[in-house]
Amino acid sequence: MSTPEDFRAELLAAGLLVDGGVPGVYHRSFRYESIVRGVQAYVSAPAHEESFLQLSLPPVQARSTLEISGYVSSFPNLMGLISSFAGTEREVAAFLDETEGGGDWASRMTPTDVALCSAACHGLYPMLAGTSLPDEGRRYEVHAWCFRHEPSPDPARMQSFRMHEFVYVGTPSGAEAHRQAWISRATGLLEDLGLAVDVVPANDPFFGRSGRLLASNQRTKELKYELIAPISSPAPGAISSGNYHEDHFGSAFGLRANGDVAHSACFAFGLDRISLALLLRHGLEVEMWPADVRRRLTAGLDAGARAAT
Amino acid sequence: MSDLDGTIRQVLEAHGRLPSTPSQLKADDDLYERGLSSHASVNVMLALEDAFDVEFPDSLLKRGTFRSIAAIREALESLATPATLKAESR
Repeated sequence: MSTPEDFRAELLAAGLLVDGGVPGVYHRSFRYESIVRGVQAYVSAPAHEESFLQLSLPPVQARSTLEISGYVSSFPNLMGLISSFAGTEREVAAFLDETEGGGDWASRMTPTDVALCSAACHGLYPMLAGTSLPDEGRRYEVHAWCFRHEPSPDPARMQSFRMHEFVYVGTPSGAEAHRQAWISRATGLLEDLGLAVDVVPANDPFFGRSGRLLASNQRTKELKYELIAPISSPAPGAISSGNYHEDHFGSAFGLRANGDVAHSACFAFGLDRISLALLLRHGLEVEMWPADVRRRLTAGLDAGARAAT
Repeated sequence: MSDLDGTIRQVLEAHGRLPSTPSQLKADDDLYERGLSSHASVNVMLALEDAFDVEFPDSLLKRGTFRSIAAIREALESLATPATLKAESR
């Protein structure tokens, strides 16, 4: 049985990924990227007509989004805040001495208003604040590079990775229906790529003792499900997840639908994890993958190109 | 026992963000059905720890512990002697 470390070594030796110099940070070969783009187009194609808005977000977001969404209290250990130098020219000399001498120059940095993207859908909610949603709610498709500060030798646990989400904001029943429909649709899509998918109740890794209580609530109320499959070793991990947020983001960002606080749900495809799962399942030579799997990924790209024109 | 419930109600009043007044709640009313959210339950948990100078062990950091005033009372009584709780809740 191979370990995540073995699989990482194989990916690096094959040149699919390149060590980015920090655990969990990787440069991607164009060969690897072609898989990610194929998966993205493949999962996106069935939903082209459903989304009110399709957005690709940058890897950064407003720092205030971390605060308003509650991410700062729930996941402080995972978030990333961008700092920069805000001192005077006079202070630069000391700063340079420390930089060149290997000193603690980072402590001279000042936090900016920019944070790393915590989840693709988090960039969406501030955009919707103050807008009036129709009674039946709305669907959105959002793609983003996301960040989690959890350095690991396991390639399945990257610090910087892609998330492709289908989000619904509207009524409680609409949110639950959206999540259930996507869990079922995504299971079929991923199984059609040859992956052995299980759907399991799950909880987010909320921080600290308060986090234990939040996790218990999430699990007891079955608010989160993960689609798991082998990613970097035979032990399965989450390659997608469906979350019903209840009114958490609706309350936080002042979203309303049908005369009440809006409820929301999202379904997220972990594009990098799905790509790794495919490499583990079908081998590192994409040309040798089963013809139907290659056709599905290519068809997705073609459909995406047609939709874009 | 009523002192204990009184302090629990005060904590719920201050931190529970419930639509109804906690003094009107019965001891075994389901707080989640009465509008206690997950995040508010965390604030209630922390405020109870401050009020009674106790720390809930991991085994009690679960949804059921904060389901009702009676459930909270039971959890608190499992942590300390009633005499201690009475003193703290004064």
